[in-house]
Amino acid sequence: MGSVTVYGPPISTAVSRVLACLLEKDVDFKLVNVDMAKGQHKSPDYLKLQPFGQVPAFQDEHATLFESRAICRYICDKYANRGNQSLFGRNGGGPAERAQVEQWLEAESQSFNPPSSALVFQLAFAPRMGLAQDPAAIELNQAKLAKVLDVYERRLGESRFLAGDEFALADLAHLPNAHYICAAGKDDMFASRKNVARWWEEISTRPSWKKVVDMFSAPPA
Amino acid sequence: MGSVKVYGPAMSTAVSRVMACLLEKEMPFQLLPIHLPKAQHKSPDFLKLQPFGQVPAFQDGDGTTLFESRAICRYICDKFAGQGNRSLLGREGGGAADRARVDQWVEAEAHSFNPPSSALVFQLVFAPSMRLKQDPAAIRENEAKLRKVLGVYERRLAESRFLAGDEFSLADLCHLPNAHYIVSATDKAELLTSRKNVARWWEEISARPSWKKVLDMRGAPPA
Repeated sequence: MGSVTVYGPPISTAVSRVLACLLEKDVDFKLVNVDMAKGQHKSPDYLKLQPFGQVPAFQDEHATLFESRAICRYICDKYANRGNQSLFGRNGGGPAERAQVEQWLEAESQSFNPPSSALVFQLAFAPRMGLAQDPAAIELNQAKLAKVLDVYERRLGESRFLAGDEFALADLAHLPNAHYICAAGKDDMFASRKNVARWWEEISTRPSWKKVVDMFSAPPA
Repeated sequence: MGSVKVYGPAMSTAVSRVMACLLEKEMPFQLLPIHLPKAQHKSPDFLKLQPFGQVPAFQDGDGTTLFESRAICRYICDKFAGQGNRSLLGREGGGAADRARVDQWVEAEAHSFNPPSSALVFQLVFAPSMRLKQDPAAIRENEAKLRKVLGVYERRLAESRFLAGDEFSLADLCHLPNAHYIVSATDKAELLTSRKNVARWWEEISARPSWKKVLDMRGAPPA
């Protein structure tokens, strides 16, 4: 197996999404920090890896890739026989099973991610960057996220995980943003909804995610 | 076995994304309109198909029901792999790496191009037709964001004919709906047409027969 390198700080939600996937798949990797405070993500060398100047970037012996969810899909496809083999539906489940996971991964991407990302920035990152929080933005995005979680509550009343009975890439994709929101004390959004709370408890206690959270406090390489 | 069904109005950017993909794959389908002004998308029956109350919803002939246009497109490419355009998700036999090289640009469309371009399409095309007030600050902000994104595209399209490589792919296709409205129904066409490589790329992808067929199926532009 060739060497896998992930570029970016582990505390980044998008970087940690990829790390969680690699850990679920038992794929060894090297993590190379990108010092965003020093503008390293906008350096000409880094822009060759990631033309938008964002994190993460990913490299193995076959491909250089960007966008965390594309990287996750690639890891699941490329290393199909390693680690957790049901991240895209049951092995041998075919396009229909994969598509069930894909639609909830897109729901995370298009419905959950925008308001939760905004909240993560306001609640977790603005303070540590010394920026003032915006109460109107917090209120607006909490309201949007509440509507999304109401849909999840109904869905998770009929299904153990979002796409079905097995933990899948669609659930994994939610871990980073939800983690920061809960760590910032807004976990009532999740805790107050019975099925969402059950689901969050189950996915956030997976060993792979616990390892990623440990990496948040490790010193940069 | 029933036919493939797409639920939603053809005017919708997300619905037309799916239509374009089905046409590229030469997959016949039935378009079942959902009347948004009458809130048909919030009806209990429709919510069974699409729990977020958005369009499109999709139903395969074998009963598979899906939502989210990009997930539907990926499914169409996988399920109907052997027919129509066979390089939408990378070259045939190109494996996981080729597919990922396309997928990263589908994600770039979803996360970098779609938010500002959707906001502009709403402000400049749909808000007026729905008699809603436009928000000049939102227009300025999203235009600035879109300019930055298209700056990256301009550099990429200098080294590559299409976004993911030498072949038209799902990544290019995903851009068709929002870019079409911006170029043909707003005064912001120059965002794309003033950039040499983006303009070349837009010219080529918007001339594809599949996209022209989508526009035919739409009929007249919104009132």
